[in-house]
Amino acid sequence: MSRGFIESTTVGFARALTGTMLSEQTARQRGLLQALDPRVRVVGLFALVLAVTLSRKIVVVAALLAVAIAIALLSRVSLLTLAKRVWLIVLGFTGVIALPALFTTPGRTMATVAGFAVSEQGLRTASLLILRVETAVTFTTLLILCTPWAQVLKALRSLRLPKEVVMMLAMTYRYVFLLVETATQMFESRRSRTVGVLNSNEQRHLAGRTAGVLLSKSVALSNDVYLAMQSRGFRGDVQILSDFRMTSSDYLGLLAFLLVGALAVWTGR
Amino acid sequence: MPPLFELRDVSFDYDGIGALRGLSLDIAKGERLVLLGANGSGKSTLLRLLDALCFPASGTIGFDGQALTSDRIQDDSFALPFRRRVALVFQNPDVQLFNPTVFDEVAFAPLQLQWPKDQLLSRVNETMEWMGISQLRDRPPYRLSGGEKKRVALASVVVLDPDVLLLDEPTATLDPRSQSQVIDLIQEWKGSEKTVITATHQLEIVEDIADRIVVLEAGRMQANGTVADVLYDHELLLRANLVHAHRHTHGSVTHSHPHLHSHSKHEHE
Repeated sequence: MSRGFIESTTVGFARALTGTMLSEQTARQRGLLQALDPRVRVVGLFALVLAVTLSRKIVVVAALLAVAIAIALLSRVSLLTLAKRVWLIVLGFTGVIALPALFTTPGRTMATVAGFAVSEQGLRTASLLILRVETAVTFTTLLILCTPWAQVLKALRSLRLPKEVVMMLAMTYRYVFLLVETATQMFESRRSRTVGVLNSNEQRHLAGRTAGVLLSKSVALSNDVYLAMQSRGFRGDVQILSDFRMTSSDYLGLLAFLLVGALAVWTGR
Repeated sequence: MPPLFELRDVSFDYDGIGALRGLSLDIAKGERLVLLGANGSGKSTLLRLLDALCFPASGTIGFDGQALTSDRIQDDSFALPFRRRVALVFQNPDVQLFNPTVFDEVAFAPLQLQWPKDQLLSRVNETMEWMGISQLRDRPPYRLSGGEKKRVALASVVVLDPDVLLLDEPTATLDPRSQSQVIDLIQEWKGSEKTVITATHQLEIVEDIADRIVVLEAGRMQANGTVADVLYDHELLLRANLVHAHRHTHGSVTHSHPHLHSHSKHEHE
């Protein structure tokens, strides 16, 4: 029996999560980003993402993508990893969204595809959209790849993000693995007991029931996890082990990030 | 000497379904008590009550001369020392291991109890060394094997050097080698002042970890006695669903007898 859409998606999601193991390894290597205080990484890369979204010129966004590539190389992040995990996937998703703009944006006709005119303005709009998303997601991925998740959480907490939000992020990251594993096992178990091909109606029913059972399991699990935290002294406030200390190179790094961001916004108006 | 835990006519239910009924029990300081019972007999609920994670619907529980109530556990001056003195290892290690790395996991409880940083670091390192998990320090807990998860779960509470260790099925689902490692650790950890309360349905480990056994069945106490009193009372074990009639053949003779997995051997007539 072939895998249905939901099962294939779950399995793909599980495989993608497995890739986060590689992230932890990259985060522990020596490199430009890894050497900076996690708070600088969070603020600096967020500033660059903001600059990407505020820049209206393709050349400026392309320059920011070049900056992202340079940071990746200096932080020992493989470009192949970025291509597989970011660029191709983003191109696929954003490409679909940007495609109609080629034909629907009014302007000077550049070419004709299957009888439809492609305008110069349409090409520019589509390229800017794709490039923006590629660059923004590259910066975000660099943060995740070069920073252990625990440090991202600590940085967010020390940047005054509410502790409830930080705890929610921590728990989501931790238990999404377990729930995806459980969902995959449930699908496998179902497949092992299914003979023949189910029609789409039956598949939808099964998927609905599986989602219901998974929800019940996750509720029970979250209750137990909370009890386990209480049992070990959790009183509602996350205690953090190490206090981050900013050095002069951290201040320099932060300044560089902010200057590049400001320059991009200024020239990309 | 007054008992460490004093339970009087304790009852508890989950949404109207009785989990414990009229339980009265004293547990002395330094005692190694095993709660023996089949699945659903109320063992895990009793451990949670002893750890003040839930509270009786009726009856009382005393700890070291003070009543364990929901009001009292809200008070930091009682809760923090209590959480340091009493520690629970959950049956499912995935419930207990919610931190991004093994180190964070072992450091979680001392952090919540606000230990000084130097003391915390040296104690965490010492515990990881003793439990043989130092090499797992930076690994995410969800990537560990079942035996490794169990050892990390144990380390995450033993790090506090608690006076009372509550263990919920500590060897269930483990392979024989991991099972023996966990039993060795429990035996090694026990000091003259330490109290170990273990919930299990595995008869084969009881002799190694018990001074006294309480047998539970459907939330009621069926027996309370020494290892010899309980383990050789086949009627009692059959009634509590802890053994079953095992039918097998020797040559041409087929017979049945209670199926025990203890170190004791039986004679065939």
